Amino acid sequence: MTRRIMGPFNRVEGDLEVKIDIDDGRVSDARVTSPLYRGFEQMLVGKDPRDALVYAPRICGICSVSQSVAAATALRQAQGITIAPNGERVTNLVLACENLVDHLTHFYLFFMPDFAREIYAKQAWFSKTEQRFKAAKGSATKQLLPVRAQFLHLMGILAGKWPHSLALQPGGTTRAVEAGEKSRLLSLLFVMRDFLENQLFGVPLEQITEMTAIAQLNNYAGAPLTADLRHFLMLADELQLQQLGRATDRFMSYGAYQTAGHHQFKQGVWQGGVHPLNSAVIQEDISHSWLDGDDAALHPSVGITQPAADSEGGYSWCKAPRLDGKVVEVGALARQLIDGQALIQNLVQESGGNVRNRVLARLYEVARLLPMMEQWVKALEPGEPFCIEAAMPKNAEGIGMVEAARGSLGHWLSIRNGRIHNYQIVAPTTWNFSPRDAARQRGALEQALIGAPLRAGETDPIAVQHIVRSFDPCMVCTVH
Amino acid sequence: MPNLLWLQSGGCGGCSMSLLGAEAPGLLTSFKAAGINLLWHPAISEASGSEVTSLMQQIITGEQTLDILCLEGAVMRGPNGTGRFHLMAGSGQPMMHWLQQLSAKAAHVVAVGSCAAYGGITRGGDNTVEACGLQFDEAEPGGLLGEHFRDPSGLPVINISGCPIHPNWVTETLTQLAANALDVSALDELGRPRSYANHLVHHGCPRNEYYEYKASAAHVSQLGCLMENLGCVGTQAHADCNIRLWNGEGSCLRGGYACIDCTAPGFEEPGRVFTETPKVAGIPVGLPNDMPKAWFVALSSLSKAATPKRIKENAAADHIVTSPSQAAKGKSNK
Repeated sequence: MTRRIMGPFNRVEGDLEVKIDIDDGRVSDARVTSPLYRGFEQMLVGKDPRDALVYAPRICGICSVSQSVAAATALRQAQGITIAPNGERVTNLVLACENLVDHLTHFYLFFMPDFAREIYAKQAWFSKTEQRFKAAKGSATKQLLPVRAQFLHLMGILAGKWPHSLALQPGGTTRAVEAGEKSRLLSLLFVMRDFLENQLFGVPLEQITEMTAIAQLNNYAGAPLTADLRHFLMLADELQLQQLGRATDRFMSYGAYQTAGHHQFKQGVWQGGVHPLNSAVIQEDISHSWLDGDDAALHPSVGITQPAADSEGGYSWCKAPRLDGKVVEVGALARQLIDGQALIQNLVQESGGNVRNRVLARLYEVARLLPMMEQWVKALEPGEPFCIEAAMPKNAEGIGMVEAARGSLGHWLSIRNGRIHNYQIVAPTTWNFSPRDAARQRGALEQALIGAPLRAGETDPIAVQHIVRSFDPCMVCTVH
Repeated sequence: MPNLLWLQSGGCGGCSMSLLGAEAPGLLTSFKAAGINLLWHPAISEASGSEVTSLMQQIITGEQTLDILCLEGAVMRGPNGTGRFHLMAGSGQPMMHWLQQLSAKAAHVVAVGSCAAYGGITRGGDNTVEACGLQFDEAEPGGLLGEHFRDPSGLPVINISGCPIHPNWVTETLTQLAANALDVSALDELGRPRSYANHLVHHGCPRNEYYEYKASAAHVSQLGCLMENLGCVGTQAHADCNIRLWNGEGSCLRGGYACIDCTAPGFEEPGRVFTETPKVAGIPVGLPNDMPKAWFVALSSLSKAATPKRIKENAAADHIVTSPSQAAKGKSNK
């Protein structure tokens, strides 16, 4: 057995270290370390509850809006108010914009460049892949960045700026939209639709989202290599990415994009089929974290975060969240699966959660999001309120459960005497990249890495990199 | 061709995300135009793991030259000065030790964002993590590298503060550095490039007409001035956010919320609620820095009394409810 320490992992958000044990040319064990601790949960204690709207987005520069929406939702619940319908539409638009941009940033900038590495130079497909996806130099990056920047004008109009906006409030959003601006927003959405249909999918978005059977996907993939998704599916087939990086096959989604009281992407748990989610059985274990506290795992409403760099058995600043004591995987794959999308369910039933299915589900979600955004813009009612105003109670509790691009994000807030008494955050990658728990269950990535093959002469195994990046980790959210 | 190494420590990565949105020209074209060779950036580059740690080692041993070192995120000194709140992955070493060694080798050192410049949000609360900036700890000179740190050209750390940075603040400053066109006079006393820090957020604010008449918003989402009630400090904040717009046509004020002075050291702990203006005897504290208070109060009450109906009504609405009246053609407006 040999042991290797891999890091820093770039093309993930934040810093990440992975220790792997190798036996017979395969990964036999893994430990995932989140090496940065900043202490937002301590920072927030004692503050005016409204200040959470300034601090929370700054937990993460890539999931900034998701953090804002979680904080605003927790505050709204504490206030006991209902969001203005226009404000809800703008919140969804801004959140979907970040989600869509994050998915594309992940695919083009973070994930695909690994296939353009020298280690694949002898493959028949290499020169095409290198030309298209080489880090910083490929034609895809050069095409994506200007479209990404232009699409983010939607944030300029609706949220002032991205990241770190204060536009997302408990009662709605701060920037009312006028009739002329609706058409401007629709034009910006068209810019993205144009890129997606011509570069990423090579077909209308609706043709992607109408697929239900794996045979339809294979049929789509069989056409000439004119679209980036087909390029990926070709690589997935060549490298058998559906056999790489399987974790627990237990998935969770908090449900996304509330509209008049229901989620556009449903909430639930997947374990062979969809089951209801009971958030009361979420607990965070700290047995293998650099944290102090009771041995018992705690529900986040009463969670404690007390750093202890010398904590015995600790190997990460990350806690280990569990659902009823079990490891779950979160992200776009979980969302689309639990929402009942037939193509995604068929893929998971065939091969489980793996590198190919995670990446495919993310792009499938992109194809669903843009038409939803078009509908939200059309539904905006200029002249009607975008934000309602309400006082902050002196004593209250609030929970903000949302879906960030990378999966389920929760904020648990309690207010005493007008001040924040406790604030606990459980982020998507906290679930996916957790260390072991007291029952010695490995976190989702730790499980997914076991069995990953090594190629001859590798220092930083490429299979490990594909698996790690297939989760689209956000390390700054993970520990916060 | 000057090269650039970009590292991240105690921050959120938001400055990199903002930077990727650079426009006219975009980020990669900006670097190309400036002749900057990207040695490594965590969000863009191919190299990972041991490839990166060996690159950093080569810089320290002098095998590889380094022209521009950018840090995003605060320096993590805790707990108890050990730096263990951020051990750089794959190295087992505190990031602050890497930063000390690399700064000594770099031709220029740039702090990108308020965290790297002054500690920023990461030093919020009681700063239990002992976060600081590269050459400042909040407004106090010092930080990791010390008050007297100078690069070989005589420049201190260049503090492109902001939470996050505007992408073009960074591309513009790096382009100047690459062309040796930036000297000490281009920086203010807090190390910020004057190209953006010589302006106030107030300049170009679309709410200026409301400000002139002290026609104030009482609640967020209203069009009126945000200074009197909603915590806005745009009249004191050093940045050109309403001249050089964000994501095409945005800014905090255009987005309908207060400027919180995110380019300033210590913005993270204003000692009050961010979005509520503290008042003494009904008068907002924190008036423009370079205006005598008595004059301000006198002018305010005069202008308040003279406020046109249109401005008063629009200030309390979230969209224009009263249009500007048309001047009759051919007549002077006496």
